[in-house]
Amino acid sequence: MSLYQVQKLIYQLNRDPRTRQRYADERDAVLGDYDLTQEEIGALAKPDIGLLYVLGVNGQLLMHFAALHRIEWTDYLERMRQGLKEYGPVREGVYAATGYEGVEAHDARLKAERETR
Amino acid sequence: MPLVYCGACSHAPGITGRAERADTQTRQALETAFRRMGDEMRATRPDALVVIAAEHFANFFMNNMPAFAIGMADSYEGPIEDEAFLRIRRTTVPGNKALSRRLIETVMQTVDVAYAEEWKFDHGISVPLHFLTPDYDLPIVPANINCQGPPLAPLARAWAFGEALRRAVDAVPERIALIGTGGLSHWPATPDSGKINHEWDREFLRRWSANDREALLSYTDAEIYREAGQGGFEIRTFIAAAAAAGGATGRIDFCEPVPIFAVSCTLGSFELPPAQQNTPSS
Ligand SMILES: [Fe+2]
Repeated sequence: MSLYQVQKLIYQLNRDPRTRQRYADERDAVLGDYDLTQEEIGALAKPDIGLLYVLGVNGQLLMHFAALHRIEWTDYLERMRQGLKEYGPVREGVYAATGYEGVEAHDARLKAERETR
Repeated sequence: MPLVYCGACSHAPGITGRAERADTQTRQALETAFRRMGDEMRATRPDALVVIAAEHFANFFMNNMPAFAIGMADSYEGPIEDEAFLRIRRTTVPGNKALSRRLIETVMQTVDVAYAEEWKFDHGISVPLHFLTPDYDLPIVPANINCQGPPLAPLARAWAFGEALRRAVDAVPERIALIGTGGLSHWPATPDSGKINHEWDREFLRRWSANDREALLSYTDAEIYREAGQGGFEIRTFIAAAAAAGGATGRIDFCEPVPIFAVSCTLGSFELPPAQQNTPSS
C-alpha cells in the first residue's frame, strides 16, 4: 500500500509545471521515480479516477489531477461514483463517500424552500 | 497599530470555476456581498492583509506538514490551479517580507509556527482575493492551518494561533486587516460534492458571531467529520479569525447554501471597536 507515494506524485504534478512537462514527455520515467504498486501505476496511467478515489487519494489532489487530464467536473464526479460501484468503498483516508441526493435534487429542494419563504 | 479589520469568508473553487452553474440571483448576491466585503476591508486603509487559509497541498504535504505556517516573502504566485478549471488568471501578488518576519517573531512567542519564503497560492487564497482585492494591490501575509492531512492541530491551538496573530498585528506600526477563509460543512471533491449541512453551518455561525470561545472549541474532529464532512475541518480558519477579533462579536453578511459551489457560501466580519478602525496612521 503506497497511497502516500501516489498522492506525492499528484501533489508534484499539481504544483510544479516542470513535473507536468516531464509527465507529458516521459510518463513512465516519472512513474518510476515513485514507489508504486502495479495497481497504482495502472490507475495513474489510464487515468482511472474511480480507482484512484477508492484507493483513498485526497479529493483536493484528485480533482486537479482530473482537471490536468481535461476531465470536466460532472464527469469527474461520475467517474468516482463508477469507481465505488466497480471497486467498492474507499479504502483509506478521509475522503469517503457518505451518500447524497445530488446537486440537481438538492437545488430543486432549495428552490422550493425559497419559494415558500 | 491595533487590527483594523477582521472577517472570514468562503473560498470554494466552484465560486469562480463553476460560477454560471449556480442560481443566477444567488450568485449575483454572493458576488455583490464579496465586493462589499472588499470595500469595507479597504475602507479601513490597511497596509497589509493577513489571510489565514486552509491550503490544499499547494505548498505543504505529508512529507513535512506544518500545523501552522506563515509566508515570509515579497511576492507570491498563484493560483496553482489550471486557469481553465478555476478561471482565475495566474499572477504575482505582493507580499512584505520584513513585515512577515516581524509578525512571525511575535507569533513564535506563543505558537511554534513554521515560516516559508516560498509560497504558492491555491484557490484557498486566490478565490477570496479575486473578489476582495481584484487589483492585487494590497500586500498579503499568507498564513496556513493544516486542515487537510490529519493529524490536525486541535481547535484550541487554532484559537491560540489566532490570538498570537492578533498580538503580533497589534505590535507592529502598520495597519493590518485579517481574514480567515474556509468552508463550513462540506464534502468537497467527493461524489457527495454539494452536500451541505446548513443547520450545522448556522449553529456554527451563531457561535462564531457571538465569539463564544467555549462553544467554538467544543466540537470534536469525530463530530465535525460526521456532521460537516472532511471539509468541515476548515472551521479552524474561522476559529482563528474569531480569536484574532479579541472578543469582538461578529456579523454574518451572507450565508446561502449553493450545492454546485459545494458549501454554504459565507461572509462575515467582526465589529472591531470604532476607535480602533478610525485611528489615523502615523
Ligand atoms: Fe478548502
